[in-house]
Amino acid sequence: MEKVITVRNLVKKFGSFVANDHLNFDVYQGEIFGFLGANGAGKTTAMKILCGLSSPTSGEAKVAGFDIYRETEKVKRNIGYMSQKFSLYEDLTVAENIRFFSGIYGIPPASRKVKQEKLLKDLGLESAKDSLIGSLPLGWKQKLAFSVAIFHDPKIVFLDEPTGGVDPITRRKFWDLIYGAADRGITVFVTTHYMDEAEYCNRVSIMNNGRIEALDTPENLKKQYSAKNMDEVFLKIAR
Amino acid sequence: MKTIFYVIQKEFIQVKRNKVMLRMIVMIPLLQMLVLVFAATYDLKNVDIFLVDKDLSSTSRELAGKLEASPFFTINNTSFDPEDGEKELLRNADEMVLVIPRGFERDLIRDDKASLQLLVNAIDGQAAQLGYSYAASVIRDFNKNIIAEWKGLPEFNAPFQINTVSRFWYNSELEYKWYMAPGVLAILVTLIGLFLSGMSLVKEKEQGTIEQLNVTPIKKIQFLTGKLIPFVVIALFDLSFGLLIAKVVFNLPIVGSLWLVFGFGILYLLGILGLGLLISTVADTQQQVMFVTYFFMMIFILMGGIFTPVDSMPHWAQLVNEANPVFHFMKVMRMVVLKGSNFGDLIHEFVALCILGFTFLSLAVWRYRKTA
Repeated sequence: MEKVITVRNLVKKFGSFVANDHLNFDVYQGEIFGFLGANGAGKTTAMKILCGLSSPTSGEAKVAGFDIYRETEKVKRNIGYMSQKFSLYEDLTVAENIRFFSGIYGIPPASRKVKQEKLLKDLGLESAKDSLIGSLPLGWKQKLAFSVAIFHDPKIVFLDEPTGGVDPITRRKFWDLIYGAADRGITVFVTTHYMDEAEYCNRVSIMNNGRIEALDTPENLKKQYSAKNMDEVFLKIAR
Repeated sequence: MKTIFYVIQKEFIQVKRNKVMLRMIVMIPLLQMLVLVFAATYDLKNVDIFLVDKDLSSTSRELAGKLEASPFFTINNTSFDPEDGEKELLRNADEMVLVIPRGFERDLIRDDKASLQLLVNAIDGQAAQLGYSYAASVIRDFNKNIIAEWKGLPEFNAPFQINTVSRFWYNSELEYKWYMAPGVLAILVTLIGLFLSGMSLVKEKEQGTIEQLNVTPIKKIQFLTGKLIPFVVIALFDLSFGLLIAKVVFNLPIVGSLWLVFGFGILYLLGILGLGLLISTVADTQQQVMFVTYFFMMIFILMGGIFTPVDSMPHWAQLVNEANPVFHFMKVMRMVVLKGSNFGDLIHEFVALCILGFTFLSLAVWRYRKTA
């Protein structure tokens, strides 16, 4: 399988605090890769480095085949990102947000319109096309933010705690979108707090104090730590 | 290029949706031009005089009448006790006390000379001097008249006299509002430009949209250019709006070329917007932007010479002013609008504004990072 992310000895320090301590892992094309860890374990820091939002202190990483130091702009063309802070423009309508972000990625208006119609239809949000984002319920906003993040068909999409603050049913529906993206061949790199969501991933890594303590499929991890579910695995590692 | 267009489009929609912003864009020019220009006038009118006439002669009454007849003075109160006048000065009810001593007319006839006492409230030195010299000139005229009347001699009896015939150029009626209006316009453009640009980037930070943009392949120069252009347009709109108000309400004569006004306006705005962006790359919240912007506005405006002539500031302050964009732009506005100066007269300001604009903009671009 093709590797779309390779990380070798990645270190990020803030002063004397080590947020990422020699991370090593690979992510393969088309998989859903769960990035787990307690608050402050260093998940978001690592993700921001891979997205080019932050530069590492040392180590190497390639995203979509491009070096994160030297080929930042090429990396950015090939990734999508959805932050834990909801980040579409609240004072623009759904259609205006799509138009703006498509414009930045250089998607021509004709294909934008086709894709936009399909997107809204798939989400069942045709009626919300001209509503301001700020007026929509959180669950809808998150679905839209995800759809906008993959609108330009990136190789990889990074999701930073995408389902914070919504009910289990909405979360379940959100994961349907994630599966849909993975089926289209988009690699999904997702951080989460919810252990039921960890079960949906092909492979998960669990971080603690800036280090990756475990990395495998959910089944193997449960066997390895003789746990009934991911919850127990997580508690055994993070203590 | 297309990317910039999408950013511009987005910025305009956001301004359009922001009702507070829209109201500010229309109301600030209106209020500043109509209130500030009138309020900041140094024209001397309606100076209240407290008259202490102890002489009660026909001459003293005639003098009082002359003062009352001038457009600048109003005799507000009278009394026989100078202390009453001092009390009025203390209360700020009157600005001047004129004491005509007993025997004024008699002394004038018998000894050919008499004294008057003029007490002036000089807390505001400039107004006091102006009031004093106006009053003195009324009294001097009165004096000449009596000489002519009583002695029957023509005024030019003094054998040698230098006569100064002065004409006030560029603002012949000494209309203070005409002097203020271009200055207030400069402040207006500064205020709008600095706030719009300062707020916009930090708002994206607060809402988290900046992060979303930073993971896109947009170049920072594209993003910043797209952000600045709408603000240049809005600020120029306000400049035109302000000029129109000045023309209609104050009948401001616009002697120079409007092209020059707007050309310099654009150059000036690039610097101001650069400064606004620079502030917002450093600040994290809109409050911080407000504080810092306010600080710069105060210094720029007070030092820039809207109220006080820069030429009478100490030398070091004049040197500091070279780095003050408001100072240069205000000068340009006044010179072009009131005097009709052409580009050749404004080379110094042009160079200064270019340097300042380049510095602020490049600092802003340098400070704005897509990666933390």
